[in-house]
Amino acid sequence: MPFDAADLTALIALCRAEIDRHGERLSFLDSAIGDGDHGANMRRGLEAVYREREVIAALPLPAALERIGLVLVMNIGGAAGPLYGTLMMELGRGLPPDADMADFATTLARAVEAVARRGRSGPGDKTLLDVLYPVQAEVAGRAAPARIAECAQSAARATEMMLARRGRASYLGARSVGHEDPGASSCALLTATICQYLKEHAAP
Amino acid sequence: MTAVPPPRPATVGIVIVSHSPLVARGAADMVRQMVGDGVPLAWTGGNAEGGLGTHVAGIEAAIEAAWSEAGVAVFVDLGGAETNSEMAVERLDPARAAKVAICNAPIVEGAVVAAAEASGGSSLARVVATAEELSS
Repeated sequence: MPFDAADLTALIALCRAEIDRHGERLSFLDSAIGDGDHGANMRRGLEAVYREREVIAALPLPAALERIGLVLVMNIGGAAGPLYGTLMMELGRGLPPDADMADFATTLARAVEAVARRGRSGPGDKTLLDVLYPVQAEVAGRAAPARIAECAQSAARATEMMLARRGRASYLGARSVGHEDPGASSCALLTATICQYLKEHAAP
Repeated sequence: MTAVPPPRPATVGIVIVSHSPLVARGAADMVRQMVGDGVPLAWTGGNAEGGLGTHVAGIEAAIEAAWSEAGVAVFVDLGGAETNSEMAVERLDPARAAKVAICNAPIVEGAVVAAAEASGGSSLARVVATAEELSS
């Protein structure tokens, strides 16, 4: 689908609203197994991107994504800032101009690997990677947006029964089991928001 | 003709990054007590709003404040401090980034031991190795 500045501005506003709506829940999840600030950190990050949305949307898409990554890094803080920042910055740096879906899938795969290196994490460690890996696999398989959104949400729920091996939750050992990972949860919210928009605005 | 003494080699700088400004400042106080003003030293703690956390801009500023041509050794507490420090280092000019090391060492003991080593004029590699012995 064609994707222009108006789409990006709209998506930024939707993502910011979704994170704002679920901020309390993200912090609640984080207080169970972490330091309880994930909702506030994500709100701060998305709010900063929203403030810059006009400038960002005027950039070519790769530069816009890279800029979003930088704004997230500088504003989310916490452990999530470098992870979301790395994802978006790598996407922006890797996408060729006029990228098609195949380019996007390849670049997303590389960006997810960069997040894994940044967090020194892999599948099953109870992090946002447990959403990113399956989402990336669905994107690579050209799944429809609705299917990708559903996959992201079920992947986030599946972190509930995982034992945390990275981040502060790992200090809790077995007690981390039984709580959904807040990073996986915010990642699924954002993925679902983006997919919903793409579904509604797909070229006929 | 007066003999000009060779310039003193630069001393490795120390940066302390904690989620808590109190911890970061306290660790820096302990370093100062140990080595006085002989070692470039800076600390940062807390998120951009002053709560517990770390942020990239604060870490960049601390690295700048403790900058030394001999390099800078960075000490961190929990995971976010480490990844945010990595992002801060990657944002430096590559020639400078190559002279910054994030140490795998306990924040207080590591910073104190590293500063003592640095104050003797040791290289960055030596300073880092001495601090990291604490974790081995």
